[in-house]
Amino acid sequence: MNDNEHILKHIAKEGSAGYDRKIMDYIHNAATHGLYEIRGMGAKRAVPNFDDLVLLGASLSRYPLEGYREKCSTKTILGTRFASKPIELEIPITIAGMSFGALSANVKESLGRAATELGTSTTTGDGGMTAEERQSSKTLVYQCLPSRYGFNPDDVRRADAIEIVIGQGAKPGGGGMLLGQKISPRVAKMRTLPEGIDQRSACRHPDWTGPDDLVIKIQELREMTDWEKPIYVKVGATRTFHDVKLAVHAGADVIVVDGMQGGTAATQTCFIEHVGIPTLAALRQAVDALEDLNMKGKVQLIISGGVRTGADVAKALAMGADAVAIGQGVLYALGCNHDAYTLDGVVHSACNDYEQLGTAAGYCHHCHTGRCPVGITTQDEQLAQRLMPDLGAKRLKNYLKTLNMELTTLARACGKQNVHHLEREDLAAMTIEAAAMARLPLAGTDWIPGFSQM
Amino acid sequence: MDSMNFDLAVTPLRDLNRFLHKEAVAQGIKQVTVLHPDGAHNIAVGLNAPVAVDIEGHAGYYAAGMLKHGEVTIHGNAGTGVAENMMSGKVHVKGFASVSAGASAHGGLLVVDGDTSLRCGISLKGGDIVVGGSVGSFSGFMAQAGRMVICGNAGDALGDSLYEAVIYVRGKIKSLGADARIEDMTESDYQAVGELLAAAGYTYDPHEFKRVASAKSLYHWNADANQEY
Amino acid sequence: MCGIVGLLVKTPALRARLGEMLVPMMIGMTERGPDSAGLAVFSAPLASGHKYSLYTASASFDWEGLAQQLFAHLRVPAKCEGHGNHAVLVTELAPEAVRQWFKEHFPVLHVLSCGRAIDLYKDIGTPGEVAQRYDFASLQGSHAVGHTRMATESAVTPDRAHPFTAGEDFCLVHNGSLSNPYGLRRMLETEGIHFETDNDTEAACRYLEWRMREGDVLETAIQKGFEELDGFYTFLIGTENKLALVRDPFACKPAIVAETDDYVAIASEFRSLAHLPDVKNAHIYEPNPEEMYVWTA
Repeated sequence: MNDNEHILKHIAKEGSAGYDRKIMDYIHNAATHGLYEIRGMGAKRAVPNFDDLVLLGASLSRYPLEGYREKCSTKTILGTRFASKPIELEIPITIAGMSFGALSANVKESLGRAATELGTSTTTGDGGMTAEERQSSKTLVYQCLPSRYGFNPDDVRRADAIEIVIGQGAKPGGGGMLLGQKISPRVAKMRTLPEGIDQRSACRHPDWTGPDDLVIKIQELREMTDWEKPIYVKVGATRTFHDVKLAVHAGADVIVVDGMQGGTAATQTCFIEHVGIPTLAALRQAVDALEDLNMKGKVQLIISGGVRTGADVAKALAMGADAVAIGQGVLYALGCNHDAYTLDGVVHSACNDYEQLGTAAGYCHHCHTGRCPVGITTQDEQLAQRLMPDLGAKRLKNYLKTLNMELTTLARACGKQNVHHLEREDLAAMTIEAAAMARLPLAGTDWIPGFSQM
Repeated sequence: MDSMNFDLAVTPLRDLNRFLHKEAVAQGIKQVTVLHPDGAHNIAVGLNAPVAVDIEGHAGYYAAGMLKHGEVTIHGNAGTGVAENMMSGKVHVKGFASVSAGASAHGGLLVVDGDTSLRCGISLKGGDIVVGGSVGSFSGFMAQAGRMVICGNAGDALGDSLYEAVIYVRGKIKSLGADARIEDMTESDYQAVGELLAAAGYTYDPHEFKRVASAKSLYHWNADANQEY
Repeated sequence: MCGIVGLLVKTPALRARLGEMLVPMMIGMTERGPDSAGLAVFSAPLASGHKYSLYTASASFDWEGLAQQLFAHLRVPAKCEGHGNHAVLVTELAPEAVRQWFKEHFPVLHVLSCGRAIDLYKDIGTPGEVAQRYDFASLQGSHAVGHTRMATESAVTPDRAHPFTAGEDFCLVHNGSLSNPYGLRRMLETEGIHFETDNDTEAACRYLEWRMREGDVLETAIQKGFEELDGFYTFLIGTENKLALVRDPFACKPAIVAETDDYVAIASEFRSLAHLPDVKNAHIYEPNPEEMYVWTA
């Protein structure tokens, strides 16, 4: 054998754990562009989540309900503390705030139509309220964000509830980023920005800082609406126990807690993956805070960030949430990361479009580019045709219906005539991490790590 | 009778605001006087009708917040966020204004005869602001559209991260914020300043003002420009 | 996260009315701080010895017995005037000895303040309730520092209410939230400084008092504070003969000052100043960020 053969046979390929492909790509990218990576969607790293919990179905100690004949209520009422017109929903599953700008107008309309058919609410997002979504949504939550893009008193009066957004699970402490590609003429006009520029939104509200000033801001919105509409306060999950208590002190009717898995249209990756705590941990802290203040049931809690399935919803409710909000799951229902789209009744492959973005179906997080291959997170008129409101509404309706059926199936299995009667004693944890974060016993034991003796 | 008095020492604020939202127009009320404001917050927020409101004293946070159509005069000082998110109409503060005066205003005219604290005109979205005195630091931060006329001086970081809003300053500027620059005044600038001064009741010569606007270097990311992003 | 009030009377005749003027100021800040309230009052310093404001959870504490036991143990007379769960103890003993003795024999006691001029009250409840409980209206003195608290991170307990004190005749109240209190605290602990709570404000209070013990005048200490204390704050500081007000560079937390020939009054919001005598003719202004405002009693 000659020398070359000898070398080929002995090429060593020992990867480094500290400097793996991902980190090398990151460094190469930073060195090339001198700018952090910005992307869409939520954290991709593995974190303890609702899959790490199981429900304790009925047997001899508890008695289950029949699936089809014995009723299980899903009615959900939000905003009973101060508002004279609380929100009444048929199901405890709501649509999270996603902006027109991040999403196309077609998608916003789809969300409104599906939510209305199923008796739940949609939420506006950063960038104002569109006529389409107001018209298509029976119950619309209007967000008041640090940027105040498109925020105006007429829409406050048109809204069914106001949500003061302090932070988002994907980026607690950070503002928004909407890159130039998505600042179309209509988006630019709604946000009072020049077309096509990179838009950086503020991280703090322009006219208040801290809970003592938030008291006054909430009062302003109540005075604006003559104390009719519920005021929600949304926080990204970090110091959730304290933040929830302060939001209660400040006078919120409803608190929305968004865990670190929560999505975004465009944010620095370092934010998405490295700031905030998982939804599971945040939910437990939020419930603890409400119970500590004796406000459980008086101030309602909506949890979001990685709620995907009916089982997730059931477990979230059992842990103490009054409702969930879903963002990314909704996008997937519409066809996000699907390898095909339907245009004029014909199915087309989207594979080439994914490839042009440098990704593939199943891996795409390129919402920030505005080049969504399936026409969801785009302002491009051509691309937006790939998801028309009829199809979008139908798919989303199916998804929400499935979640709700799963939710009631599981609730009945636990013997509940009302999904809100699920309680944390109906849960056990599958992993030590989840047991510690959710403060639930490891399945088959009484052990809660850091809390009780084995 | 087309005017009304509300004494906040005896009448709850909620009654005043509800009256302004609902009954004022129905009863043909043109003018409302608010007595003993004593720093109360949220006076006349969400006014949505051509009613003149005179606040006889100092107002707290968010006076005339989200105003549309009306005209609110504060015969005293204004707290945080006076005329925040104003859409149209006029707000006149006879004394000084605290932080975030005119924050995110989409339209209308805010006049402050005294000084304003920090962040005057932050996130401005189309409204006009005329300040008779000086403005504090970070004024015009991220202002997107609209005009500010400052008859006195400006603090640090004036017009940081400006978009399309324009700021006119008569006095000294302590420092400009990122991406803000001083530009030459054009005829249309002189005219704009003249009109705004007249609307606010000031007689300064527009030629005394300089123009601050966005250099637009932050509009698109450029790694080689050492931008703060 | 809170409401701040402060008052310094320039006219000696008004010293008798200090508390009476302050109570409506504190009540005006109820919405900003509904959880607990506190007040430090500075009056003519003792000719000799020190006084201690003491707090205990029990309202039936035997304050007279405390003074007697102190005398029995240390053979130095002490006078203790108690009202419910609050008392002022006066003795010639050195502060270190007194604190040590309390620690050994009455660990349930909180020493709220120590000095020659300061009296301090703080407790949970609305400002109105606390003011009534301790009859703030009757308090007399040259200047006072008050606070109403909406608890952020640390719990609602009397010792976590403001004002915070350190050393002698030094107190501080805070509206805002510091972002580096733990690092500061660890640094001070290596200097042998002991902390009593987990409250971020205590770190600022002990930092500034430490700088002054190291030889800085109040103004220099505050100047160094601008470098070391990160986060958002409006601080109001009281010493034996001074009242000082500062805000961080971003000035997100409010403050307003009303000054007449007779007094200077400070509050987070004007509604706490609205009822002061002759406030219509006062010079009213907002303190600038990163600027020191110091008034001498």
